[in-house]
Amino acid sequence: MNKELRRLSVVVLAMFLALFGATSWIQVVQADALSENPANTRALYDSYQVQRGAIIAEGAAIAYSVPSDDIYAFQRVYSDPGMWAPVTGYINPLLRSATGLESAMNQELSGTSGSQFLQRVEQIITGQKPQGSNVAISILPRAQQAAWDALQGYEGAVVAFEPATGRILAMASTPSFDTNLLAAHSSSEVNAAYDVLDSDPLRPLSNRAINGTLNPPGSTFKLVVASAALASGRYTPESTFANPAQWQLPGSSDFIGNSGGGTCGPGETVTLADALRLSCNIPMAQLAVELGDAAILEEAEKYGFNSSFTMPLVSTESTYPRALDDAQTALTGFGQGDVRATPLQMAMVSAGIANGGMVMNPRMIDRVIGPDLSVQQSFDDSEFGRALSEEDAATMTQMMVANVQNGVASGARIDGVEVAGKTGTAENGPTAPYTLWFTGFAPADDPQVAVAVVLENGAGRGQQGGSNLLAAPIGKAVMEAVLDR
Amino acid sequence: MTVTKPGDTAELKADTTVMRALRTLRMPQTQRNRELGLLLLAFAISGSAVALVQLGALGHIEWTILYYFGALAVLVLALHIVLRFRAPNADPIVVPIATTLTGLGLAMIYRIDLAIDAQGWDAASTRQIAWTGIAVAGAVALVILLRNYRVLFRYTYVSGFIGLVLLILPAIPGLAARGTGAAVWVSIGGLFTFQPAELAKIALAIFFAGYLVRTRESLTSTGHRFLGMTWPRAREIGPLLIIWAVSLAIIVLQRDLGTGVLIFGMFIAMLYTATGRTSWVVIGLGLAFAGVFIASQVMSYVGSRISAWWHAFDPEVIARQGGSFQLVEGIFGLAQGGLVGTGLGQGRPNLTPLSQSDYILPSLGEELGLIGVFAILCLYMLFVSRGIRIGLAGQDDFGKLLATGLAFTIALQVFIMVGGVTRLIPLTGLTTPFLAAGGSSLVANWLIVALFLRVSDAVRSRPRVVIG
Repeated sequence: MNKELRRLSVVVLAMFLALFGATSWIQVVQADALSENPANTRALYDSYQVQRGAIIAEGAAIAYSVPSDDIYAFQRVYSDPGMWAPVTGYINPLLRSATGLESAMNQELSGTSGSQFLQRVEQIITGQKPQGSNVAISILPRAQQAAWDALQGYEGAVVAFEPATGRILAMASTPSFDTNLLAAHSSSEVNAAYDVLDSDPLRPLSNRAINGTLNPPGSTFKLVVASAALASGRYTPESTFANPAQWQLPGSSDFIGNSGGGTCGPGETVTLADALRLSCNIPMAQLAVELGDAAILEEAEKYGFNSSFTMPLVSTESTYPRALDDAQTALTGFGQGDVRATPLQMAMVSAGIANGGMVMNPRMIDRVIGPDLSVQQSFDDSEFGRALSEEDAATMTQMMVANVQNGVASGARIDGVEVAGKTGTAENGPTAPYTLWFTGFAPADDPQVAVAVVLENGAGRGQQGGSNLLAAPIGKAVMEAVLDR
Repeated sequence: MTVTKPGDTAELKADTTVMRALRTLRMPQTQRNRELGLLLLAFAISGSAVALVQLGALGHIEWTILYYFGALAVLVLALHIVLRFRAPNADPIVVPIATTLTGLGLAMIYRIDLAIDAQGWDAASTRQIAWTGIAVAGAVALVILLRNYRVLFRYTYVSGFIGLVLLILPAIPGLAARGTGAAVWVSIGGLFTFQPAELAKIALAIFFAGYLVRTRESLTSTGHRFLGMTWPRAREIGPLLIIWAVSLAIIVLQRDLGTGVLIFGMFIAMLYTATGRTSWVVIGLGLAFAGVFIASQVMSYVGSRISAWWHAFDPEVIARQGGSFQLVEGIFGLAQGGLVGTGLGQGRPNLTPLSQSDYILPSLGEELGLIGVFAILCLYMLFVSRGIRIGLAGQDDFGKLLATGLAFTIALQVFIMVGGVTRLIPLTGLTTPFLAAGGSSLVANWLIVALFLRVSDAVRSRPRVVIG
């Protein structure tokens, strides 16, 4: 029996040797590969041991990390979470999810980007705790606050620009959500909160300023069509168009009318300037057909349509469709048909006009600042391209100023400041609520701010809401905040 | 009984080795003193493990839990004192090893309770401390009551019956505890849950030992040779087939792959030891693979276990219900530990589900590193080798087989669990002896310690008799 026992003990030894082998394989040979496995949450949690940098707007931290006594070492905190949600987004180590700048600037905030390599080495050598860098954004808190306050009660969004640089000064979207709820360290609470937000029909999680469900830009798109007309060299503000009360779409049995239902002013004909000032559809439809869809597409793309922008938040492309027939082209003349735009895009149109025809790439980061307050990275302005000559831009500005001073955008007037602007009331279907728009800039002679406002779902008033009454004052409030008036 | 034939030199040499070993080790007082020394080391290891856990996870020392540890140490010392009087020749190493493993397990269970903020009776560590008390007390009682282990030989068939009943218990309506995957738990009054298979393991080891001693002659003497091995006649395969069927029934009816494999493995090992026939092992392994293959085809849970093993790192398999999430988490934990570990209280073993029970070894491996894992495996290896050594030195076949069977069971259980969590073999739900949270397992393993003590004491305190 002892012979068998010895053999058995050899088997037992072999079993244990296999276990020694298996544990060595995992803990030594494969250890590095396993720590890089995307499913390995432990490696991820290690990264949360690093104190994440703050997101800073005009010197004040709007997202920052404080020590927490749980497994993640730090808790992310957001101040004024609803107002800043479209900008900061949130980060949650538990759900491994991040949105907004928390996602787009994650490497810098967590201190793992290439430009921070030396900083990491220094931290290791000097024995300091690793720390991420701070990100200073271009958004002006007072403009953001004004936009947020003015949007309360609406489903809408505001984007404001500094026309000469492309720096974004405000980016608000309502209804919003409490980013702190989604940054909590209890998976059940966070999941419950997320499910509520995700199933909310008002879509609080979507950033209507740059993403979301895109809206037809309505009459604000007439700025693009008018730009195309001036750029063609064949039109001036005094060019005239037939002025009927009804107009049959070419090759179609459908008729269109102006928003008031009547003609555009008293005359037999109407000038381009008046058509824009009174925001009439019929002359613009005629102009669109005369220009052709290719010319409008070209001008729209110069303003940024059919392009996505990385600010580093990534915008959804605004679209001007291709290969249209005359009836469809006519509809795009007043921003209907299949034209879709983000508030960002319409703000870029105003900003381009304000900046003498040069469209700047939008950006929202000014600097990346190390824990030692050194500037590690700064961001330069960059041109997207020229949409208009300076003369044409000046002409467009005059027409937009007329729009506010004695046209249909009177709601954007600011005492003592010359404001350029354009409203839009877009139809979404025979009975569907309108989308209300305003875009403009101020001061007209030395533009400091360009803005776009969108109010979805008729601003709660179905087809009764007017963009001059509802959207233009929001644009005015934001411009006033930027101009500090 | 071992027959020493003239000319069988290997056998003879082995026996003289044993004699020599016996002569040098037959110093009762030294044995117990050695045990005391090792026990103090075991207490020091366990105590410092808990203190390090507290310093790592809390940053300060919490005395309450250390008092409990002290109370348990006193209980183990009581066992030591009982041994001095009742079994002075018992093996001096098994108790210190069992104490160290139980202490390390407790420290890790407590560490995870700290991480998940479990307190009072909700904390697995509180229950484990109580169970450790019961288990050590049980071992003391067994050492006192079972003055001569050969008594157990008389109860061979009673043990077999008890083992079978214990295995069936969870299937009895009203007793089965709900909520777990495998139907292996018995609940009494909904308060007290117990895993009877752990005790069944011991009862069945006694039964197998007694049964094989009675029948080994007929199992050995007949058969025909084929492929260089002597194959048993068809009718002698009967008992093997019955045990195979019982194991399969456990796998199928109670959805408990681990226990089925364990009991069958134990039987094969004891059968081989008793008969010396390799053919039994071949038949047994054949039956085992056939059984697992059939089970993997018929029982979805066996199939999913196997696919979770084979495709463990496939993201789909990780995400699947009943997939490889736990397994992969455990492996990530081990990898995180690396060679030296994160340090007690400083890793994240609680990320792995069941980190206190099935995945206690990855939990320890994460914080103690490969070095710690090797140390734990060496402790197991030493424990098993003591059992086999007791079997080698045993004078009667019953004692030899019993010690061997129990030792092999521990080895197989460690292999199945550690191999399972390291993806060496598909994972099946057993307990890691001494370490894992779970009262029934702890009680059963400390009873095995008591049996080892009893058998080894009998081996060493009696003059060696060679019966021709």
